[in-house]
Amino acid sequence: MTLVLNEEQLMLKESAAGFLAEKASVAQLRALRDAGDGTAFDPAVWQEMAGMGWAGIAIPEAYGGLGYGYTGLGVVLEQAGRNLSPSPLESSVLLAATAIEALGNEEQKNQWLPAIAGGEALVSVALQETAQYDPPGINLSASQDLDGWVLGGTKRMVLDALSAQAFVVLARSSGAVGEVGGISAFLVPADAEGVTVSPCDMVDSRQCGVVDFSQVRVSADALMGEAGAAWPALERCLDIAAIGFSAQLLGLSLEAFERTMAYLRERKQFGRVIGSFQGLQHRAAALFAELELARSIVLKALQAIDAGNDNLSLIASATKAKLCEVARTASNEAVQMHGGIGMTDEYDIGLFLKRARVLQHLFGDYYFHLDRFARLGGY
Amino acid sequence: MTDLDTFRQETREWLEANCPEAMRTPVASFEDIYTGGRRPEVAHPDQVVWCERMAERGWTVPHWPREYGGGGLGSAEVKVLREEMERIGARRPLDSFGISMLGPALLKFGNEEQKREHLPPICRGEIRWCQGYSEPNAGSDLASLQTRAEDKGDYYEINGQKVWTSYADKADMIFCLVRTDNTGTKHEGISFMLFDMDQPGVTARPIKLISGSSPFCETFFDNARAEKRNLVGELGQGWTIAKYLLTHEREMISGFGTAPGKSLGKAAIEEFGADESGRLRNGMLRQEIAQYQLDTLAFRATMERVGDEVKSGQGLGPASSIFKYYGTELNKRRNELNVAIGGEAALGWSGARYDDGAVVRSFLRSKGNSIEGGTSEVQLNIVAKRVLGLPDA
Ligand SMILES: Cc1cc2nc3c(=O)[nH]c(=O)nc-3n(C[C@H](O)[C@H](O)[C@H](O)COP(=O)(O)OP(=O)(O)OC[C@H]3O[C@@H](n4cnc5c(N)ncnc54)[C@H](O)[C@@H]3O)c2cc1C
Repeated sequence: MTLVLNEEQLMLKESAAGFLAEKASVAQLRALRDAGDGTAFDPAVWQEMAGMGWAGIAIPEAYGGLGYGYTGLGVVLEQAGRNLSPSPLESSVLLAATAIEALGNEEQKNQWLPAIAGGEALVSVALQETAQYDPPGINLSASQDLDGWVLGGTKRMVLDALSAQAFVVLARSSGAVGEVGGISAFLVPADAEGVTVSPCDMVDSRQCGVVDFSQVRVSADALMGEAGAAWPALERCLDIAAIGFSAQLLGLSLEAFERTMAYLRERKQFGRVIGSFQGLQHRAAALFAELELARSIVLKALQAIDAGNDNLSLIASATKAKLCEVARTASNEAVQMHGGIGMTDEYDIGLFLKRARVLQHLFGDYYFHLDRFARLGGY
Repeated sequence: MTDLDTFRQETREWLEANCPEAMRTPVASFEDIYTGGRRPEVAHPDQVVWCERMAERGWTVPHWPREYGGGGLGSAEVKVLREEMERIGARRPLDSFGISMLGPALLKFGNEEQKREHLPPICRGEIRWCQGYSEPNAGSDLASLQTRAEDKGDYYEINGQKVWTSYADKADMIFCLVRTDNTGTKHEGISFMLFDMDQPGVTARPIKLISGSSPFCETFFDNARAEKRNLVGELGQGWTIAKYLLTHEREMISGFGTAPGKSLGKAAIEEFGADESGRLRNGMLRQEIAQYQLDTLAFRATMERVGDEVKSGQGLGPASSIFKYYGTELNKRRNELNVAIGGEAALGWSGARYDDGAVVRSFLRSKGNSIEGGTSEVQLNIVAKRVLGLPDA
């Protein structure tokens, strides 16, 4: 496989860049934040995105998707990262559709995937329970009942939780906390009795919530796959998620960098543009080098998903670790090189720093993935 | 079977039959690389055999045209050849400045006569070249060089001094930047000339490096002679050629950043042990190793991506400008880690326990990677100006 985008992907990139800059830009994010209506994305814009097929981009054609694969989805996610576009592209498409395809049975796929692809259904994944991302630490309990299951526990960091019609809930049906065996996945409607969703106001102004499951009864057909055996498929979903968020971090970092370079060419101090100071030039050039590496590894990782590589975990952790590192530097340098104006709420560059930290955390940060990368490398 | 499959099959058979066993082992050190020349340094007699056999097929430089001694292979065939050589662990038969630097410049800027005179001996490893660029007062600011060439009717007379001339004491010929005009800007009036090192007007004095070896020299020209036919390009147009050649030099040097090495993590576990979960005990070292491995992976992917972009007709993108800088910094990091992991055993300078200082000498030599061929700072200047469009001070 060659490490370049093909025609179809290049066209997708063009159209995503154009659409998002117009309809789901940083200005829209700011307006939605200031309006504070809680949805935090524009449902009409989301319908338009779904209308272009983006909600079903990686969903197989058999389930009503476009079947463009994850490289295609990654291209759109990168552009969404550049524009800080608020939409359920992450929650419903990258996370939930991937999980349903990997974990669900035929009936569940038929019920949910075409609806997600069409933008009619919004599903989210409920995974994290504490302040830290720790999948084997899943502790939300699932106990078998006469004709179904009872779920109890709390999930945090659930994206678009208030808008979701259903959740893919990862629960522990057996085994001890910390073990990967004994994890089960359920599809739970958001209006099931005992489900309470509360909003969390996060630094990136995106929609996010805590979902509490109190004695929630679901029928047997809510179980996805075999009880207690979700892990291998779940692990692949988590790897895909890490790569998808890396693509967003890539777009975000590139945009923050380009805005900063534009500022360096224009802002004057000491009678000359600040971009002529070598102290800034070398930092910019070194960051440019890191961004080029980031581009390569993200593309390689997206292609690895589509090619079905068996060492996906290694490349996924490498990619998320690298992108967390690069995005941290890119967003920090962006604020620093803007000087005082970079610290103001009115100026946009700070929004990139805010979103960067959330994306870095989601589905494993630098330390989590660097540690995993080393373990997978045998040390 | 496609033509390429046939080619692979034949290549595999030929390599099996012709690559001497001793040439199927990794190169141990710089001294173990075969560079050819009139007075070749031969670490193992099979180096000569292997070079001759490969040269006969044009495979010392497989991608150069056949009429100049190359193999005339397309990029797909070159790749197959490289893969098949890697398969049996075959070394490159010949590595030289002629191949990596002068050749590409001559192919682009040389006239027919110059190509026919100089390229075939490079392919056969008969002539070894050195690079006369840097001078005591012209390093990063190369264009301020002062070595003069004066027109003497049927030849040029060269006077001046070069420094850091790698292998000047061993090379047969030099490609040299000289000033032929002092009237214009410093970039004008530079000419690119070739001449023999084996003549009374040339003296090369080896300089010892911190690593203990003496690969480079101070080189003095005292009425040295360059033949008129050996002026490459037009008089005063040498700067363009010099820069083009530098891009090839940098490409070669950046390759150090992708050299396959043993796993640092496993080597570190041998020294420090692992905990119950298999993690290296020294967590700080572990993080640095992982970050190094991660960057190496991403750097390789970038080389691959840029190569694929060129192949797919997108041209050489700006990413290529980071290779020299990033590759050499990576190689320095690997060497730092080698020293840290090795501990006392990595610090010995001579003696069998220390493998005659192999680890620490390689570490010391690696410091030059970010200096030779244009320093890291100069590379960053180039990225800032040419790629990012940031203005001059
Ligand atoms: C192992 C080795 C082999 C070599 N082989 C050869 C050879 O075969 N032929 C040959 O011609 N040369 C050779 N060189 C020379 C090499 O090209 C020069 O050393 C190099 O270009 C730097 O020049 P300099 O040594 O004069 O350092 P200087 O230019 O004096 O640099 C000193 C420091 O100042 C920094 N600096 C200089 N200018 C700037 C600037 N504008 N902005 C920011 N920082 C700056 C440099 O980055 C460096 O850190 C070799 C060098 C080494 C180390």
